[in-house]
Amino acid sequence: MMGLDRVSMGKGTAQRMNGTLSREQHLELYYFMQLNRQLEERLVRLFRQNKIVGGVYSSLGQEAISVGTSYALEQRDWLAPMIRNIGTLLVKGFKPRDIFTQHMAKVTSPTHGKDGTSHFGDLKTLHVVSPISMLGDLIPVMAGVGMAGRYLGQQIVAMTWIGDGGSSTGAFHEGLNLAAVQRAPLVLVLENNQWAYSTPVARQVPLKDLADRALAYGIKSRIVDGNDVIAVYETARWAVDECRVGRGPILIEAKTMRMKGHAQHDPAEYVPKDMLEYWKARDPIARYEKYLTNSGLWDAKTKAEIDARIERQLDEDQKFAEESPLPDPQSAEQGVYCEGCHEIEADWRRPKEQVMPPAASVEAVWKVADFGAATIPTGATQSKPEAQPAVHYPKHAHQTGHGASQPPRSTEASAGKPAGEDLSGAPPLRVPFGRGPKDRSFEREKQQNQPAKQNRHRRRRR
Amino acid sequence: MGEVTMLEAIREALFEEFERDPAVVALGEDIGVFGGAFKATEGLLAKFGPERVIDTPISETAIVGAACGMSYLGLRPVVEMQFIDFIACCFNQVTNFAAKSHYRWGAPVPMVIRGPSGGGVHGGPFHSANPEMYFVHTPGLKVVYPSTAYDAKGLLKSAIRDNNPVLFFEHKFLYRRIKEELPDAEYTVPIGKAAVRREGRDLTILSYAAAAHTSLEAAQVLAKEGTEVEVIDLRTLLPLDRETIIESVKKTNKVLVVHEDTRTGGIAGEIAAVLCEDAFGYLDGPVARVTALDTPVPYAPPLEQRFLPSVEKVAAAARELAKY
Repeated sequence: MMGLDRVSMGKGTAQRMNGTLSREQHLELYYFMQLNRQLEERLVRLFRQNKIVGGVYSSLGQEAISVGTSYALEQRDWLAPMIRNIGTLLVKGFKPRDIFTQHMAKVTSPTHGKDGTSHFGDLKTLHVVSPISMLGDLIPVMAGVGMAGRYLGQQIVAMTWIGDGGSSTGAFHEGLNLAAVQRAPLVLVLENNQWAYSTPVARQVPLKDLADRALAYGIKSRIVDGNDVIAVYETARWAVDECRVGRGPILIEAKTMRMKGHAQHDPAEYVPKDMLEYWKARDPIARYEKYLTNSGLWDAKTKAEIDARIERQLDEDQKFAEESPLPDPQSAEQGVYCEGCHEIEADWRRPKEQVMPPAASVEAVWKVADFGAATIPTGATQSKPEAQPAVHYPKHAHQTGHGASQPPRSTEASAGKPAGEDLSGAPPLRVPFGRGPKDRSFEREKQQNQPAKQNRHRRRRR
Repeated sequence: MGEVTMLEAIREALFEEFERDPAVVALGEDIGVFGGAFKATEGLLAKFGPERVIDTPISETAIVGAACGMSYLGLRPVVEMQFIDFIACCFNQVTNFAAKSHYRWGAPVPMVIRGPSGGGVHGGPFHSANPEMYFVHTPGLKVVYPSTAYDAKGLLKSAIRDNNPVLFFEHKFLYRRIKEELPDAEYTVPIGKAAVRREGRDLTILSYAAAAHTSLEAAQVLAKEGTEVEVIDLRTLLPLDRETIIESVKKTNKVLVVHEDTRTGGIAGEIAAVLCEDAFGYLDGPVARVTALDTPVPYAPPLEQRFLPSVEKVAAAARELAKY
């Protein structure tokens, strides 16, 4: 795994033992989440100082998803972030200075000022594909990355992210459908952060669980508490492992909350205040800090060392970015076409003869197994169950307490371990907070979510 | 080797490139077992297998998107649009994703999107279009539109080897109507170079695709009247071969642009601007144009005939221009 050298803990080797994380890896998860958050807080300050050329899109409260999912990837794997996935770029090996310079449009940025934010990548070493602003387009692209990797015999996995809002685009559905038909090694992480700019999820998607999107494509899916980094990592690791052995694609829905507006300009007054309070109490970093303390994985001194290291690194990289010049205006005219500037060569990990005749030649006929025959009695119609509730839930080797058959309704259920403060008396995770404040069902469900009425509420919903 | 049609020439190019480079793969609707709606990929699956010849769902966005992803790993995907009209379905993937990739973050997209285009076959408003100018207006793409079997083969091979996204328009009216003998030896035709199809001193007709044949026929008519027309086949619309255009204008001093694309926003307007910028002093008359009407492509034969450029329309416009 990348980036271990950036954590102040010596040069221990990060070894994964049958899906469990070493102490170093636990600390590395913290390091990346905190680095992600502190970096973005600096971006906000720079924005207020008018030092950011464009926008700043905060992932506050969603760091566990970026870090936990991308941490399950290997060096050879590919990822394509969305705008709120700076954490994935850090985990894959980009430096904070890349993020600073991108936002400040400096010539030293990975795109040399041609694009901003998380819109950059690296084909050769880090295997990161740059996003575009149009949502969903990365899904077929990363399906293609996975297909090409399989074709070349590389045994790679491709991972990308989409939001609750982005899951309504045509590209999402075309991409996931193609990936499913092709059994592409693609992990799609659907970050349900409850808001598509100002529109709550209930007004975008007629499903309680967006993981149900997977049912339409006959692929496996899981729902995970997106604010529990260990649960996110374990789920992503399972998905990556499945994809690597040809059992992809896989859809993961990570439930979380966008704690800031769509971008810095947006105060997000449309978000109910108690909804923010609900999620603030489930902050992924605060929870994980308590978990590390309670598990004896670190002490105050270790935390202070990591935090200080982050500060030093960010100081240095911010300084580098601020002192970097803007690009030369003439460079605006360069680089539209690739004319001899790149040598394009595929990295073959299988004999090329396998894809050339005669080995590759086939009889070009279709075989249709059951002739498309209906399996229902003549004259009858068959009703299909409705999509909700989703039936795929995380099942972790180390899970205790709540059984794997239990939906991850509470923050503990998904991880199966005490992560952060005790929330056992808290209402189920599926709160009415996907609705607008004036929605009457919003108030009604809030009443029902009082702990005393919890059992009755659950029965009713079954 | 005997004469081959343009369609067969395209198929030859695909087979040769598949044979030459295992990084070349194909994606599209019904291109495998069926061999494509026009049979351009017939036999490709049988020879090279389903890993390289991929029958896809009806999902133009996903097809082009997947091709972009494949190209990032060093493959050279050739995408077929069953009809080029359907490229509108993946406009975003082409113009925002593929075209901007190299400029934004230095990631080349070696990909070809090819498909049957153009009218004259009574295909109606959704199977006859010439949408090339949407893409000529998109920096980062290359747009190729051949008019002969020789060029179709040579340009398609160049397009597959190019490191940029190339849109390759195949005029379906020409698919089986033109034939020529092709060299036995391997050859390519460079992208970005126009071809002088007929030399002349009195005026220049700039054209491409099926309209280039219309223009050549008109030139024969005019030759009998004593007007010697130079006919230039643009072959590539982006990048435009300004040099060849301007050299011809220096000789003939008069330019008529003929295209089957609609009038407003067609390449004729761009060429007129180029000539005003770089060759104004050589012009003896206005830059004239014969184009399709500014309408969708109509279905009924008399309507479509009215819509399309014709030998008569081209000859009439040339006669007017020759008077200057």
